[in-house]
Amino acid sequence: MEFEPVIGLEIHVELSTRSKMFCGCRVAFGGEPNTRCCPVCMAHPGALPVANEKAIEYLARIGLALNCSIPGRSIFHRKNYFYPDLPKGYQISQYDQPFAVDGYLDIMAGNEQTTVGIERVHMEEDTAKNIHAGAGGRIAGALYSLIDFNRSGTPLVEIVTRPDIHSPQAARLFLNKLKNLLKYLDVSDCNMEEGSLRCDANVSVRPAGSGELGVKTELKNMNSFKHLEKGLAKEIERQVELLEGGGKVVQQTVHFDFATGEVTPMRSKEFAHDYRYFPEPDLVPVAAGSGFVEKIRAGMPELPGARASRYIQEFGLPAYNAEVLTSSRELSDYFEEALHHFDDARALSNWLMGELLGYLNATGGELADCLVKPRELGGLLEMISSGKISNAVGKDVFAEMCKTGKSAGEIVKSRGLAQISDEAELAAIAGRVIAANPAQVEQFRAGKGKVLGFFVGQVMKETGGRANPQVVNRVLREKLTG
Amino acid sequence: MAGDENLLRLSATRALNLIGSGELTAAALTGAYLSQIEQNDSDVSAYLRVISEEAQLRADAFDEAARQDGAPLAGLPTAVKDVLVTQGVITTCASRMLENYNPIYTATSVRKLEQAGIVMLGKTNMDEFAMGSSTENSAFGPTRNPWDLERVPGGSSGGSAAAVAAGEALWAIGSDTGGSIRQPAALCGVVGLKPTYGSVSRYGLVAFASSFDQVGPITKTVADAALMLKYLVGKDPLDTTSVKHPEEIVIPRKEDLRGVRIGIVRELVGEGIDAGVMSVFNEAVGKMEAAGAAVSEASLPHAGYALPAYYILAPAEASANLARFDGVRYGLRAGGDHADITRMYELTRSQGFGDEVKRRIMLGTYALSSGYYEAYYGQAQKVRTLVVRDFDAAFTGVDLLVSPTAPTTAFKLGEKTGDPLTMYKSDVCTIPVNLAGLPGISIPAGLADGLPVGLQLIGPAFSENMLLQVAHGAEAAIGFDAVSPLIEQADR
Repeated sequence: MEFEPVIGLEIHVELSTRSKMFCGCRVAFGGEPNTRCCPVCMAHPGALPVANEKAIEYLARIGLALNCSIPGRSIFHRKNYFYPDLPKGYQISQYDQPFAVDGYLDIMAGNEQTTVGIERVHMEEDTAKNIHAGAGGRIAGALYSLIDFNRSGTPLVEIVTRPDIHSPQAARLFLNKLKNLLKYLDVSDCNMEEGSLRCDANVSVRPAGSGELGVKTELKNMNSFKHLEKGLAKEIERQVELLEGGGKVVQQTVHFDFATGEVTPMRSKEFAHDYRYFPEPDLVPVAAGSGFVEKIRAGMPELPGARASRYIQEFGLPAYNAEVLTSSRELSDYFEEALHHFDDARALSNWLMGELLGYLNATGGELADCLVKPRELGGLLEMISSGKISNAVGKDVFAEMCKTGKSAGEIVKSRGLAQISDEAELAAIAGRVIAANPAQVEQFRAGKGKVLGFFVGQVMKETGGRANPQVVNRVLREKLTG
Repeated sequence: MAGDENLLRLSATRALNLIGSGELTAAALTGAYLSQIEQNDSDVSAYLRVISEEAQLRADAFDEAARQDGAPLAGLPTAVKDVLVTQGVITTCASRMLENYNPIYTATSVRKLEQAGIVMLGKTNMDEFAMGSSTENSAFGPTRNPWDLERVPGGSSGGSAAAVAAGEALWAIGSDTGGSIRQPAALCGVVGLKPTYGSVSRYGLVAFASSFDQVGPITKTVADAALMLKYLVGKDPLDTTSVKHPEEIVIPRKEDLRGVRIGIVRELVGEGIDAGVMSVFNEAVGKMEAAGAAVSEASLPHAGYALPAYYILAPAEASANLARFDGVRYGLRAGGDHADITRMYELTRSQGFGDEVKRRIMLGTYALSSGYYEAYYGQAQKVRTLVVRDFDAAFTGVDLLVSPTAPTTAFKLGEKTGDPLTMYKSDVCTIPVNLAGLPGISIPAGLADGLPVGLQLIGPAFSENMLLQVAHGAEAAIGFDAVSPLIEQADR
């Protein structure tokens, strides 16, 4: 039997606001433990939460960018459970009246546009961080545990999709597109390794073509795109095998082990919670009137789709180039910055997509770490277009720029790579080459025009590739026919 | 002032005048209260902690400097309920859980009064985490009623009310979730005001039931309650449920009650109210009528459901509010080698909390449990809405509502501890006011068998000025001038 996977994602995004969700402590990653905490985020007796307005604005941006509707009123709930990283003994979250609902995000999965529904987007707070000493950092067998409250109360947005995703690849594409969108919105670092973007998945399988949903499992805390895709594939495989063998999928939480590539169920006791949600009496409802929503809408950063259209209209870029360039906020920002230093958008986009992305792909590097800054790339392209260096030399220079971080000008100067366009100098070299190859001269004069390429090559060889090809062509033609 | 005037009989308003005119020093006033504490508090046990030295130093400092600074409450000796956190002064909520807890900040309400110049004498006893009506639920022993040491002072602010009634504080700060200011004030023959929900910041008030809790004054006179309230109210950026009071609080002066329409709440004067209490209450209302008030009958049809609804909602909130006491960051942690974190939680919370606190945590946890939420919490919220509407309707016909504050006078220690339900009924007249978030005040109405009876006045939201004005008039009409034997003793 053919099975179809059904996947829904739950994504947690730590917002990059200046202060925490319910107190004035700074938001940052890491740092000396317990240096960014106060009576509120350590839940001292009598302390009360105050909602961070900026976080609500960021939340609204996310809701709008995901095409959600924003009800005029939403409220916070308390989600009750005991754990040492949860100082109040409850998490302030949202329950049946979330901030934004019923949105969608389109992805291109296998050349096909798929609409992934967004069920809800809501606001909550992050927990503190437990650090278990000994036993490889795990709680089981740990000697003791420490708690760092620096993260406690960091604004956290939860995005829940509908079960509209049908392959691990599509899940990865969705998460990637969402991450890119969040970057454009300027609301989070989206750093999966540091945990500012986290993803859980609800997975089930069903006979292909069936309209029913199968029993789902929850796959926890994937910390990279790769792990998300792998973990999902593994869990789908497990469920299909189970069903094909006549077994049943049990609703439970499963854990994907990156090291072994296996999925293992967690003990049911660990997630059998009754959270006893009830409205948070310490916080007044979040009133998102139409005025507020319109203000946020008016202040929204330019999103990838709008940016791509602008590239097509304003710079005359092909649609494909526009889409590639806007597929990441960093690349798009890089492009626009470089454009200040080199104004041929089309040539620039070709270079970015060919050379720069090629280099990053080959080395597995990140654009943010690339030693070639937009200004320097603009400088290089300017040298090529003005004829100072040839395109071929340009590629070499670029490779060196990537390695050393030096400017194109410096490299060209120190290595003497400037293009030779001086007619007299090239005529002299051409003369020597012609004199040394009488047989080829004979062939040319007999009408074999292709031999010209041989002479060009020889001149290039003599000049270490620095000769201006147009000038060389002209000079050779003159000498050979003259 | 007369040199032999008993300083323990002074009202705060009068003490302030005497200090202002130079006839009395803050040091002498504070000294008088500290010495009364020293003489009597081993019997009364109003205080969990007295900070004599700090208090005397602060009073001295006022005499030297503050009179010129114009600190409006300069040098007034004040008792603070141990439910309000005070930086550097151990704050226990009368619980083993916080026996040695030294707060790292001060509650906004206390800070505001300190900025206005009060001298904190110490922290007063209470029912553990403000849960109770007799102060017998304190982990550190009960407080006794200064009128009769065999009897309870009421609760949960029993320590604060007893301190004022015993002449161990000029006035006191309490907190009221279901009657915890008004009921002990009634049982101790003093004035207790619960302001409109949101008037006074809850920041630093250790939460019992967040949507009910309010901080307020316990004083000798209505004018004193107005004076303290004036400096307590205000929007606090650290408490988003606080609001700016729409009116500046004024000290009431007018004594006649002409033109005031008072409604006696039918549902709160019937069954379950002691005959002695009713007779004092009726007499007091008669005096108000004689002073010009138009008295009629009013009705809160759903008042009978208020108590059960309260005992769903308040414990539900409490079950979450008290979850932070887990032995992880501060307070008690059960000793021993624990098998796992759950065991540590279990032991800490069973050792740290008393029976009543555990009872309410369990009630609340149950009411919020999956499958029971709608039947309990959901229904109780609906009752709350109905009670709010009852009050709205009642206030279309009258300015203020009136009832006895408590169904009985002070009962004997141990009399009700074996029967939680009977104890809960002590707050039957005060709880509806908290459900609706309204301001309510208890003033002494007289004595029944030598024990004080309180009269409760209830006003619409943010009507504190009118409420205090009328209470002041009623106070004058009633003319209650008895004090506890402990203050009488100090008259030479």
